[in-house]
Amino acid sequence: MTVESTAARTPRRSASTKSTAGKRTTAKKGTGAAQGTDPQLVQLLTPEGKRVKNAEYDTYVAGITPEELRGLYRDMVLTRRFDAEATSLQRQGELGLWASLLGQEAAQIGSGRALRDDDYVFPTYREHGVAWCRGVDPTNLLGMFRGVNNGGWDPNGNNFHLYTIVIGSQTLHATGYAMGVAKDGADSAVIAYFGDGASSQGDVAESFTFSAVYNAPVVFFCQNNQWAISEPTEKQTRVPLYQRAQGYGFPGVRVDGNDVLACLAVTKWALERARAGEGPTLVEAYTYRMGAHTTSDDPTRYRGDEERLAWEAKDPILRLRRYLEASNHADEGFFAELEAESEALGRRVREAVRAMPDPDHFAIFENVYADGHALVDEERAQFAAYQASFADAEGV
Amino acid sequence: MAAEKMALAKAINESLRRALESDPKVLIMGEDVGKLGGVFRVTDGLQKDFGESRVIDTPLAESGIVGTAIGLALRGYRPVVEIQFDGFVFPAYDQIVTQLAKMHARSLGKVKLPVVVRIPYGGGIGAVEHHSESPEALFAHVAGLKIVSPSNASDAYWMMQQAIQSDDPVIFFEPKRRYWDKGEVNTEAIPGPLHSARVVREGTDLTLAAYGPMVKTCLEVAAAAAEEGKSLEVLDLRSVSPLDFDAIQASVEKTRRLVVVHEAPVFFGSGAEIAARITERCFYHLEAPVLRVGGYHAPYPPARLEEEYLPGLDRVLDAVDRALAY
Ligand SMILES: Cc1ncc(C[n+]2csc(CCOP(=O)(O)OP(=O)(O)O)c2C)c(N)n1
Repeated sequence: MTVESTAARTPRRSASTKSTAGKRTTAKKGTGAAQGTDPQLVQLLTPEGKRVKNAEYDTYVAGITPEELRGLYRDMVLTRRFDAEATSLQRQGELGLWASLLGQEAAQIGSGRALRDDDYVFPTYREHGVAWCRGVDPTNLLGMFRGVNNGGWDPNGNNFHLYTIVIGSQTLHATGYAMGVAKDGADSAVIAYFGDGASSQGDVAESFTFSAVYNAPVVFFCQNNQWAISEPTEKQTRVPLYQRAQGYGFPGVRVDGNDVLACLAVTKWALERARAGEGPTLVEAYTYRMGAHTTSDDPTRYRGDEERLAWEAKDPILRLRRYLEASNHADEGFFAELEAESEALGRRVREAVRAMPDPDHFAIFENVYADGHALVDEERAQFAAYQASFADAEGV
Repeated sequence: MAAEKMALAKAINESLRRALESDPKVLIMGEDVGKLGGVFRVTDGLQKDFGESRVIDTPLAESGIVGTAIGLALRGYRPVVEIQFDGFVFPAYDQIVTQLAKMHARSLGKVKLPVVVRIPYGGGIGAVEHHSESPEALFAHVAGLKIVSPSNASDAYWMMQQAIQSDDPVIFFEPKRRYWDKGEVNTEAIPGPLHSARVVREGTDLTLAAYGPMVKTCLEVAAAAAEEGKSLEVLDLRSVSPLDFDAIQASVEKTRRLVVVHEAPVFFGSGAEIAARITERCFYHLEAPVLRVGGYHAPYPPARLEEEYLPGLDRVLDAVDRALAY
């Protein structure tokens, strides 16, 4: 009943959306290799910062203003600054762990800025740039890495779900949420972020199945940063990841994940498909994790410098800067101001983290159940009595 | 000399190496076990020496890892799979519970599944969520699985040898916060049975029963209690399923008091099973109810609260005092 009504629903914004059905074939020609350059890679800005034409996706960024371009640049720079600050705070012992997004700014800002406020985001644990786009205060992201909480923000406050550590789980939540959106007849979309490694998980395969069967308005945004800790993408797949979508019956597209403009355009396209009732899309943002997997990782054990250097040449921030400069969309003053803003952000983050109090001991027993539970009450009371016994001992 | 001092993680590494050398059917499988040597380096150097067909970096898919290990075992291999952290075993839980545990019985004993599932478990390392849990009771409830956990380097070495040689599936819980603790390993010793508990400190007033990471804590408790004139016996259970009730009973008949310590939540935990059975077996010997110290009925807390959550010296001593006060 409800199931059929989901699958059979009509486009919810057909009037305002050009139909893209059939425009893109689900089977993009690939190289057959999981890595390497792909002729089908959607790119709007070359690494040298040259704007290149793309018949299919140009329309999605056609009206972009110089101010918006500067905005994308600012987002990327501030996100990188925040990330660098968090990395050094970890080194200083202020955070237990940090998962850096270095190198993935364009994928995250491009896709993040394609979203509407009423869209819903299901991140993994590295989506600091997407969080930034959603207006989540970056200091809120640090609580779980500092070890003071297991989340740190209200997912409904910014339509940005909590970070998910178990690989792939959130793709099913996103699909279910999107099924709910469709049942409600709303015209918002849902986006799920995950990595190339996660693409091997059963949950991700199941989310593809469910979203296709129920035509759920969800965009699967896979950041293929080439590595799942020490394992290269070939250890997860023998076909380019975006081609997987074909087997499930929805389109997949590979976008240059270091090209913020292309990520913006492709994600907009995919979101519009979702809004128009055309179902899921898989976007594979082809990018690179420039740093370690997390601060606990040692990438020198499994990869050489050459690869990193090659990717540094494709740096997403540098690329947009070159374009902004060449097209006279930004002047020295803009860059200088942004530099100062970056510094201020770094300071704010540093101070906020150092000022972050340890949680109250009784937090262990908070929110275990929504309704309360006799056993938790009993254990909390025992814990209180036990704590008090120390106070008594110290007090006398 | 065959005896050598090594860290617990290294002892497992050496044990895996020995197994790979002595039996061509032994395979190592898991995420990052190859070049990286595992996130804890437990498989360090094994792929280099035994190649990618024996030490296999798998796709990031726990159900896939255990499910294919079952298939390999059906084909005569002896896979030793690594689950990266305790909280990530659940995608594989279905395969472990519905398939790995039951196939021997369903095949009327025709099929053997010599699969070892290695799981670094427990807290105390300041990690983010799902990296510090103790899910042993969730597995112990399932018939067909053996559940073991070494507490020191020597046991780690020998119990791994025995787990790999076992024709039954073994869930091998490795106490991750003890990975770097060093101990003597005699690689030529003749080990006792995999499932026997061991008295690691003799005492007369009360028995502390523990396994894995809590054995060291209990030894510290016993040392602290000794300074107050209390004589505690410490039992290293080593195996959660089966449990060596005879050894616990023998100790309790001597000391007449028992405190069971584990990191996992107390509610429905292995301590509950021990308390119930020992009460039944030793009712007339006991001077106090069997007490349990462990985690609360709450999600494993963020790192800055784990010291409150985990059984430490004070909490165990408190239980000891309560038991002695009866
Ligand atoms: C179910 C599960 N298994 C293992 C892990 C440990 N782990 C954390 S991140 C990671 C690699 C993830 O790689 P990928 O999906 O490519 O994302 P990336 O970190 O590269 O962004 C692994 C194996 C986990 N968190 N969850």
